[in-house]
Amino acid sequence: MAKPKPRVKVPKTAAKGEVLEIKTLITHKMESGQRKDKKTGEKIPQKIINKFVCAFNGKEVFSADWHPAISANPFMSFYAVATESGTFEFTWTDDDGSVYSKTAQLTVG
Amino acid sequence: MRRIALAAVAASGLTVMLAGTALSDETDWGAYEVGDKRSGYTYAATETRSIQDDDFENPAMLWVDTGQELWDTVEGEAGKACASCHDDAAVSMAEVGAIYPVYYEPRGKLINIEQRINLCRTENMKAKAWKWESRELLSMTAFVRNQARGRPVAVKIDGPAAPFYEKGKEFYYQRRGQLDMACKNCHEDNAGNMIRANLLSQGQSNGFPTYRLKWQKVGSLHRRFRGCNSQVRATPYKAGSDEYVNLELFLADRGRGLPVETPAVRN
Repeated sequence: MAKPKPRVKVPKTAAKGEVLEIKTLITHKMESGQRKDKKTGEKIPQKIINKFVCAFNGKEVFSADWHPAISANPFMSFYAVATESGTFEFTWTDDDGSVYSKTAQLTVG
Repeated sequence: MRRIALAAVAASGLTVMLAGTALSDETDWGAYEVGDKRSGYTYAATETRSIQDDDFENPAMLWVDTGQELWDTVEGEAGKACASCHDDAAVSMAEVGAIYPVYYEPRGKLINIEQRINLCRTENMKAKAWKWESRELLSMTAFVRNQARGRPVAVKIDGPAAPFYEKGKEFYYQRRGQLDMACKNCHEDNAGNMIRANLLSQGQSNGFPTYRLKWQKVGSLHRRFRGCNSQVRATPYKAGSDEYVNLELFLADRGRGLPVETPAVRN
């Protein structure tokens, strides 16, 4: 499978105190570990993103543990209140230890 | 794709809250309804429609993005990318999604977008053809057809395409399989009725390649044909077979005037 490709949508600028909707999406098969290979009958090993973390200026502000029932290409959205300018860093951690990340800038003025 | 429900979390500097959408059910379908033709969009659940409505949330846009990258990627012995000849897809491919499949003189039959892409690859780029249903071919098809999004489907069914249109039409009304059902038995006679737990649509093709939640990925129209055919317990034809390309033309004409929705999201 191609390397997972993350996408995030964060407004570039915001007024102080404004509520922002942050949307994230990543391509991933999210292989549940429940399926069998149709030809060999063997179980396909689980390979999912098990952790999603959003940090703002280096500080974790939101995280989620994901489990095998999460569908492929997981979409996640949440809200945040803008208080200061800074950098969002989004990271997705795979079962095999790979980490996919993406950053976004926010200017509060 | 599934929405993930979250508990409220508070953190210094930022507050995080529960995500959710509320969308009231409309009856005026706007462009999605033309005369008595209704896009599959109008049969989809509110949640499914809202995924399609937002280009960011629509997971199929990831395939479209990949298609854009491939468009600019040089491949093959001729050292060309799609962009080398066709330049900006927004201009050169603006109509393609609405007018394919078309009659292709050198082969004396119809070709659809997938086949046109592979012809370009093998003949002009001297590159290997992409496999049907591969991520590359789906991405490129979705990307090309996405350029025509919003344009009404307007295929040519006269002239040399006419006999193929007739064959497609014949296929549509031909009963097949152990269940002895034709396409029309579901999609004309029973559109809007439930088939067990599923709502039958008119079976319009304007949104393909489509992100199907059941597939958890983007799939081609021919994959859908194969699914339908095996559900009536008939032996499906090969993806890219003449039978299916002819049917594709008939279906496009059947949904004439509906806007190209690629990439649509369906259940």
